This record gives sequence, C-alpha cells and structure tokens, in this order.
Amino acid sequence: MTATAIDTLSGAQSASIDRAAALKRLRLPDSLFRNLTLFSALVVLLLLAGVAVALFIGSWPAFSTFGLNFFISDRWSPPKQIFGGEAAIVGTLITSAIAMVIGVPVGLGIAVFLTELCPTPLRRPIGIAIELLAGIPSIIYGIWGVYYLRPVMQAYIQPFLINTIGDVPLIGALFQGPPLGYGVFTAGLVLAVMILPFVTAISRDVFDTVPSVLKEAAYGVGATTFEVVGNIVIPYTRVGVIGGVMLALGRALGETMAVTFVIGNASHISASILAQGTTISAMIANQFADADPGLFTSSLMALGFILFIITFIVLAAARWMLAELELKA
Amino acid sequence: MANLYPGRRRRNVIWTGLAYAATAFGLAWLALILGALLWQGFGGLSLDVFTKVTAPAGMVGGLLNSIVGSVIVTVIGLAIGAPLGILAGTYLAEYGRYTKLATVVRFINDILLSAPSIVVGLFIYQLLVVPAGHFSALAGAVALAVIGAPIMVRTTEDMLNLVPNPLREAASALGMPRSFVIRRVAYRAVRSGIVTGILLAVARMTGETAPLIFTALGNSLFEVDPTQPMSSLPLIIYEFARSPYAEQQKLAWTGALLLTLTVLGLSILARALSAQRGANQS
Repeated sequence: MTATAIDTLSGAQSASIDRAAALKRLRLPDSLFRNLTLFSALVVLLLLAGVAVALFIGSWPAFSTFGLNFFISDRWSPPKQIFGGEAAIVGTLITSAIAMVIGVPVGLGIAVFLTELCPTPLRRPIGIAIELLAGIPSIIYGIWGVYYLRPVMQAYIQPFLINTIGDVPLIGALFQGPPLGYGVFTAGLVLAVMILPFVTAISRDVFDTVPSVLKEAAYGVGATTFEVVGNIVIPYTRVGVIGGVMLALGRALGETMAVTFVIGNASHISASILAQGTTISAMIANQFADADPGLFTSSLMALGFILFIITFIVLAAARWMLAELELKA
Repeated sequence: MANLYPGRRRRNVIWTGLAYAATAFGLAWLALILGALLWQGFGGLSLDVFTKVTAPAGMVGGLLNSIVGSVIVTVIGLAIGAPLGILAGTYLAEYGRYTKLATVVRFINDILLSAPSIVVGLFIYQLLVVPAGHFSALAGAVALAVIGAPIMVRTTEDMLNLVPNPLREAASALGMPRSFVIRRVAYRAVRSGIVTGILLAVARMTGETAPLIFTALGNSLFEVDPTQPMSSLPLIIYEFARSPYAEQQKLAWTGALLLTLTVLGLSILARALSAQRGANQS
C-alpha cells in the first residue's frame, strides 16, 4: 500500500516535470510569435512615418529653393527649372469640391433609398451593385471616361452648361470657354461617381443605427418619409455622416488614374471649370517618369508631400469623428 | 388653420423621388461602364491575347507579358503583405487589444487604408528604386504590399474579435501557451474571415495602377525576373488607352475587361465567403 502511494506520488512528480519541460520547450516559440506580431504592428506604424519622412527628404530641395513661392506660384516650367505647385494644389481642391457637391447628395439619396424606400428583397442586390462601383479599378473609370464620357460631355453636356449657366452673371464665368470634353468638371464628375459607394456605405451603416422606436414614433404622429429622414435620421447620425463624407473626400483628393485620363493635364489655372486643368496626383502620374533627377523630381515629390499632408488631415478628422460615434454607441 | 397636408405630401414626393433618381443615377453608371467593357472587350478576346507579348503598333500582339507580370507582382506583394497584415492584426486583437500602442496602430492603419496610392508609389520609389538605381517588379510588389496590408490588418482584427473568449479560456485552461491558443484555436475559428480579407486585398492590389508607374514601370518584353522592370495589366491599359493606334486601343479594352472581371470576381467571392460565414453562425 505504501509502495503504491509512493508510485503515484512519483508518477505525479514526473508528470509535472514533463509538463514543466514541455512548457519550457514551448516558451521560445511562444515569445517568438508574440514578438513577431508586435514587430508587425510596429512596421505598420513605421510605414506611415516612413512615407512622411521619405517624401519630406525627397521634397526638401524644392521647398528650400522655392520656399513659400511653391504654394502661391502657378508657373510650372521644367525647361527653366522653375516650379510652382499652385495649379496642381488648386486643381486638386476644385475637382474634389465638385466631386463632393455632386457625389454627397447622390450618395445620401441612395442611402435613404436603401434604408427607407427600397422593397426588402431588392435591398441586398441594389446595395451590392452600388458597392461594385467601389470595386471597379480607377483605371477603368479613366479609360471609360475618355472613350464614352468625354464625347458626351463635349457634344451635349458642356454646350448645354455654357448656353444656360454660362450667361448667368457671377457664376457664369465658371462655365465658359470651348466645350472640350476634357477638363476639371469632367474629372469632378468621374470622381463623384467613384466616391458615391463610400458615402452610401457609411451613411447606410449609420442610418441603420437609428433606433426603430424613434422612427416609428415619428411615423406614428403622421410624419412623411422625408420628414422622418430630415428630422430624425439625419440629426441622429450627423457625426457619422460627416465622418463618411470626410472619408470620401480623402479618396477624392488622392485619386489618380481616372483623373489623369479626363482632366486634360494643363499646368495652369483657368477661371472656367470646363477648361483643362490638373491635380497633384495627375501631375505626378504624368510627369514623374520623364522628370530628370534634381529639382524637377523634387518638385513632384513636394507635391506628393503636400497631398499626403492634406489627405492625412482629412482622413484623421474622419476617423476621429467615426471613432467618437463608436464610443457613443 | 391652413391645411398643411398637400404641401407636406408634395415635398415628400419630390424628395423621395430624388432618392429614387439618385439610385438610378448610381446604377446607370455601373451598367454603362460594365456594358462598355463587355462591348469593347469581348470583341478583342482571342487566343493571341493570352499567348503573345505586347507588340509595337502595327504588329499582332497580346497581353501575355502583362498578365504574367500582374500575377508575379501581386503574388510577391501578397507574400510580403499578408504575413505583415495578419500578424499585425493578430497583435491588435490578441496581445495588445486595450493598450495605447494598439490604439495608435489602429488609427494609423485606418489612415493607411485610404491613403492615396500614388503617395505610396512615391515612398517606395524613394525607398527602393533610388538606392537600387533602377525600376523593378520587386519595388512594385512592395508598393502593393503597403497598399494591401492595411486591409488584412483590419479584417484579421475584426474577425479575431468575433472569437468568443470562453474558447480562448478553455484552451488556456488545458495549458496551451498563448501563441498556440491563437494559432490552433482562434485562427481556425475565423479562417474563412481571414481568407476574405486576403481576397479583398488581392482585389485591391490587382487593380492598382498609380503606385506601379514609377516602381515596376512596365516592360514591353516577356520578363519574369522580379529585379527587372515588369509589365502589368493596369500599366498596359494606361499606356495603350492613350495610344493613337486602333489595335492597341482594342487591346487596352480587352485588358480592361480581364482586369475588371478578375477584380470584381475576387470581391464577389470574398462577399460570398463572408455571407456563408454569417449564415453558418446564425
């Protein structure tokens, strides 16, 4: 009896020794895996810092040569080695503004349709179709824009705008000039379609967070769909919608290929939004391969750095707003 | 008291009408773009497209080098980006869930997720192309990895957050070290979710053009060596779409059709996979 007791004791002892040995053996791979994940997380962090530092170093020659002039001069002359980025910066802001003016109301309209008006069986297919717009690569928007949208713009839409709004005092100046098809307005329109799915997706998500009780109560006292959306849904989800709009703006600012195809790539500023223009990203895409090293390359880098800073601010604001919303929910 | 009802009703009809119009507008664009792609692209599909390399104007050419180049650049990009993204996502969800570092990384990752791809291209140009002295497919692949990784970070983290804690606790109670709990239990529970993230990342990477212009550059010859400049579908579309020659324009459209079918196919596959997952859970 004593013998068995001793046996079991030593058995337990050897088991615990085995276990300790096994755990010891596993300790190294365990900490290795942990450190590997930590390292990867740090790499993600370093990527963004790396982008900022690399672009800043690359753009330093341009900034130190031209100083503030780089921002306020629209003279872009590679042969004379004089570079001012104003045309590109202004072009980026204007195309994005046009995209927002068209894209945001339409995107919100689709979100309202999908959450309030659409018959339930159609909701999923239509939602997916709109999201597919986000899946189409931007170069496809570009090639389509050149071959299909440009002729239509040139033959119908731009002459119509020139003949109607073009004669209105004050804002008429924005819609004058020959109908070229290419131009700032065409680029803005393509951008508007490209940001639609982003506005729709986020608005739809935040619209769904509105408690049904609130909406039902409003319908119950006789409110129309429009009144429910305007007085209940939008006020309740305001922060989220603005966050989504900012996110879409971030996309529009940095969009490259589609814009390059349809904007016409003129490196000066025009009063008319029907005229050809350029954006930061279009300019880089167009000229970087041919740029000689030195001031030309550095100036394009500088434009990239400015684009990075602008989008960083916009995206950070968007994320911050959406995060606030998550905290509230 | 005046009767407000007709006015309110009219306003409602107008505004809801506009919501219908907005949806029609969005769907019309999708239909027009896909219609044009099919119309223009299908006509150009032939065996030559898949068996011949791109040719100068006036000669019969195909897209073989661009298709192979796209596959190589994307695969290398995925080989770099997927481990990075999945491991970083694992850190955010498992080890550092509530730490300050994780909060910062999450925020930065969200910004990388929508950062302009052309800026990423410039960064990789500065980081890899300038020191090496020449363009290379490898640089293009790294640029695509930087674009794809944030997507996988996000989906991996979101998926791992869905794993119920009792599952982890049960595994830990058996004496499994943490890394084994993650790899043998948590990863297995959300495998299809992580695959969805990878598919979405591949879809995004395949369609990107801007970051390749000054990293992979393009190449009119057949090239499989990743240290050399390499063609890819988006690059050849960019070049041929602006060409004055009809044959090259036709090839651009065919390439566009192939690219769009691949990208949309991948995202639909990803969606189907996650829908299936949702169905299994409920």
